Formats: sequence, structure tokens, C-alpha cells
Amino acid sequence: MARRHTVGELSYGLVIGTLAVFALIILVGPILIVLATSFTDSRSIRFPPQGFSFRWYELLLDEVRSRQIHRAAGNTLHVAVMSAGLATLLGTAAALGLSRIAGRGGRLADAFFLSPLVLPGLAFGLAALMYFTLLGFRPSLELIIAGHLVVVTPFVLRTVGASLSQLDPSLLDASRSLGAGPVHTFRRVTLPLIAPGIAAGGFLAFMASVDNVPVSLFLSSARTDMLPIRMWGMMESTLDVRVAAVSGTLILAAFLLMLVMERLTGLTRRMRG
Amino acid sequence: MGVAIAAAPAPSLGLSAPRSPWALAAPLGLAYAAFFVAPLLMLIAVSFYADERMTRFGLEQWQRFLFDAFHWKVIADTLLLGLKAVAATVVLGFPLALVYRAASPAWQRVLLFIVVMPLLTSVVVRTFAWIVILGREGVVNQLVLGLGLAAEPLRLLQTELGLVISLTQIEMPLLLLPLLSVMSRIDPNLMDASASLGASPWRTLFRVILPLAAPGLAAGCLLVFASATTAFISQSVIGGGRLVYLPAMIWQQAMVAAHWPFAATIAIALLLSVSAVLAVIAHAGRVAGGRVHG
Repeated sequence: MARRHTVGELSYGLVIGTLAVFALIILVGPILIVLATSFTDSRSIRFPPQGFSFRWYELLLDEVRSRQIHRAAGNTLHVAVMSAGLATLLGTAAALGLSRIAGRGGRLADAFFLSPLVLPGLAFGLAALMYFTLLGFRPSLELIIAGHLVVVTPFVLRTVGASLSQLDPSLLDASRSLGAGPVHTFRRVTLPLIAPGIAAGGFLAFMASVDNVPVSLFLSSARTDMLPIRMWGMMESTLDVRVAAVSGTLILAAFLLMLVMERLTGLTRRMRG
Repeated sequence: MGVAIAAAPAPSLGLSAPRSPWALAAPLGLAYAAFFVAPLLMLIAVSFYADERMTRFGLEQWQRFLFDAFHWKVIADTLLLGLKAVAATVVLGFPLALVYRAASPAWQRVLLFIVVMPLLTSVVVRTFAWIVILGREGVVNQLVLGLGLAAEPLRLLQTELGLVISLTQIEMPLLLLPLLSVMSRIDPNLMDASASLGASPWRTLFRVILPLAAPGLAAGCLLVFASATTAFISQSVIGGGRLVYLPAMIWQQAMVAAHWPFAATIAIALLLSVSAVLAVIAHAGRVAGGRVHG
């Protein structure tokens, strides 16, 4: 005989199910709406879009009329590659060191290096502006790279740290007892095993730099414009439909990169931890 | 684990193996000292300049900030905004995490992808999306007017309600990642045991799942709170000029009024007030988790 569902079971399923569906809609809906809006044929941003065209993407590609956006995008890419590259190098080395430091000192060092994740970014952005200016530096992409380095490195530390904690120490013992030196063991055993963690961390650091607002807000200038800051400007003044086209491009790029990284590194499981 | 790894040969990137594991962390430590610690110390120092031309030291900025009730209201509004965002993301995110826990591995992968995707989409893009949705002729108003629920378009942009709704989507992935992590580690047998002992699903949720998920929930709440209170672009574009939060004040004083000492003072106030709430959330997470685990 089938068990009868109680009031508690029914209400639980109904309430939890409804809220979860609503959560999914609110997570994905806005992204799909922006993507659809970017293909509008009209001069206003509205959903559902009126007509279908690539006109805003064409305008976005126009080298003359969208020059500022292109420069901001170029700066953003340059800063993201450099800061994520440095973060991957320094962060991987630091994670290798920190994983071997036991006790209170190690935990404190961990907390210190991860603190930019929860520190109000805006306070740090302002601090960086004052620091560099009072030291006599002029605005430059190098300063933005230095600022981004601090806020994107925690992503590398987390993914590489997680890979290292899953590393089986007996593999290293085996390599050593077979006569391999430390350098050989590192290159042939440790590195291949943590490589996906390093790649995932580098990717997340790259995306965090592309997306960064609080640091770029204070460190970018007219010459060193960054894409998120320019987009903010475009949204504040005359709601330019090219914002939708830039957004659509970013969404599609993030989606494709995510698919590739998921294949290569199991990215989402690493992010879940 | 720490001991086992400490016994392993020292991995070395160069020719000579570093004597101490601290040596491997040293380059990043130096970078943090130069680009993180030093700027924050500079921020504190600048807040103790008495005048905006920064000629002499004094407590004037701190007096100006602390002895004005308006500033305390802005602090309270900023922290409340963060707490509202935390509450809204938990109300929607926790049920999603429950569904995730019960889903098959294939569905778990799909759900995880859906959670991560918005996180990798620029915050500015997500903020822009909410302008399209909440605007006068936006998606919500078309629905509301179309269904005859209201005679006039609702004002959602430039209200705190609209801002909280937007932040719910913008910050929810930050809550979900640590939460899904603990959910996937909860032993399903515990749920079956609870049910077979006659507990209703609600009782199982509050007495079994919630305490076990507390550490992940607290970790997620920390990230959401920290991010929502500093989300300057979302606050200014969706909240508009009439809703004043600390980030807008910092921006205004630093970049428009060019008053660095006062901007530094507000930034430190943001840092301290946010950190205080973060400490409380972290403590609550440890207490709730400790009841089960320790």
C-alpha cells in the first residue's frame, strides 16, 4: 500500500520547490534577458527586444565610433593577463609553502593572504590610489596590475591549496624512495597532479580581474580606462544600447571559456570546493 | 596531513631547494607588503590629516565623521543593506541548495553550472540586466500592468527594494558555492534515519540539515555581506542618488570633492563596521557548527 503523504511532506515540497525554482529563475533570467536585448533592432533597451539585428554589435566593432570601448577592452585584457599571470606564479609558490606550514603560524598566514576576499574592496581601492599618488606615481596600467594582483591572488591560493590538500603524500614518498630528487619529484609528480588546480585558479583570477570594479574605479584614468568603469559611465549617462552588446559579448565569452575550463579542469567542482 | 606533507621533500622551482616553506611564500608576502599592507597603513595615516590639503595632523576628520548623526545613519543603512541582501539570498539560496543535495549527480552538475555562470558574468553586466528588468518599461512592470495587478508602473529603480532584489541575484552565487560544498558532504543516511524515526521533513531540515550546513552557510553569508556592502556600481546605478551608502560617500569625497582625509576616514569606517559584522557572522557559524561537530 502506498504511503500517504503528510501535510508536512506536501508543504515542505511545495515551499522548498517553489523557492528553489524562483532562485533558478532569478539567477539565470537576467543573463538571458540581457543577451536577448542585445540583438534588438531598436534604439531603446527593452525586453522583449523589437526586431532582430546585429546593428549594435556592428557599431561596437566600428573602430572609429567605438574607439574608447576598444581601448578600455584592450587595457582590461592586458591587466587581466598580467595580474592573473603574476598571481598564478606567486600564488602557486605561496600555496606550496603554506601547505607545509602547520599550526597557528600557517593558519594566520592563510587568513592574511585570503583577506582581500572579504575586505571591502572600495576601501582598498582608495588606499591604493592614495598610496601610489603620494609616492609620486602617475596613473598607469602597471599600478592597476599591482592593485588587481592583491585582489585576484586569493582565487589561486584557494584552488591550488585545495589540490595540494588532496595530494597523496605516499606518492611523494614513493618518488623519493625510488631515488628521485626534490626537483624531479616536483616536476614529475606534484606539478602534474596540481596542474588542473593551478589552471582553474589562474582562470578565476583572470575573470576576477576582468570583472574588478573597486580597484579600477580609483586607479583608472582617462588614458588607462577599464571596461567595467567605461560601461558604468555608459549606463549612467545616456543608456547606450552598446552596453547591451558589450554585455552580450562578455556573457558569451564567459560561457565559452567556462565550458572549456570545465572540460580541462573540472572548474565548477573546484569552485564548489 | 600537515605533518605528512612536511615530511615530503621540498618542492623547488629553482636549482637550490628553499630551506623553509616560508621562503616559497616570501615573494607573495613581499608583494602583499608593498601593494596591500602599505596602502592600508597609508589610508589610516591620511585619515589623521586635519585639513584637505594635508598640511598638518589632527583628529578633525574623525570628529567631523563621528559627531554627525547623518554619518551614523549611513553606516546603519549600509550594514542593513548588507543584512537584507544576506537574508534574501539565504531565503532563495538555501532551498536551491536543498534541491541540489537531493539531486542526481548529473543534475548537480547542471545546477552547479547555473550557479557559477552568473558569477563569471561581470557585476556590471548583472547590474545592467536589472535596469532592463526593473525600469519603468521593464519586464516586471510589463507583467504587472499586463496582468492588471497595478494601474500604474511600479517604481522599482532608485528604491531600496529594487536594489535588494538586484543584489539577491548579483550575490547569490557567493552564498551558494560554500553552501553546496557542505550540502554535498552531508551523509544522506542521516536524512533517512531522521525520517524513519518519524521526523517531518521540516523537523529534519531544522534539526539535522541546518546545523550540519551551518559552517558553509556562514561562509556564504560572509561573502555576500562583504560584497553587497561594497557594491558601489550596483548601489549607485540601481539605488540612485537619493539612497546614500558608505561606498558612494567615499567615492564622492575622494573623486568629486577631492577631500582625501575625509574619504580615508569614511573608508576606514566602512572597513571597521563591515569587519565587525563579519566577525559576528563567523562566530555564529562556529557556534552553530560547534554544537554538532564538537
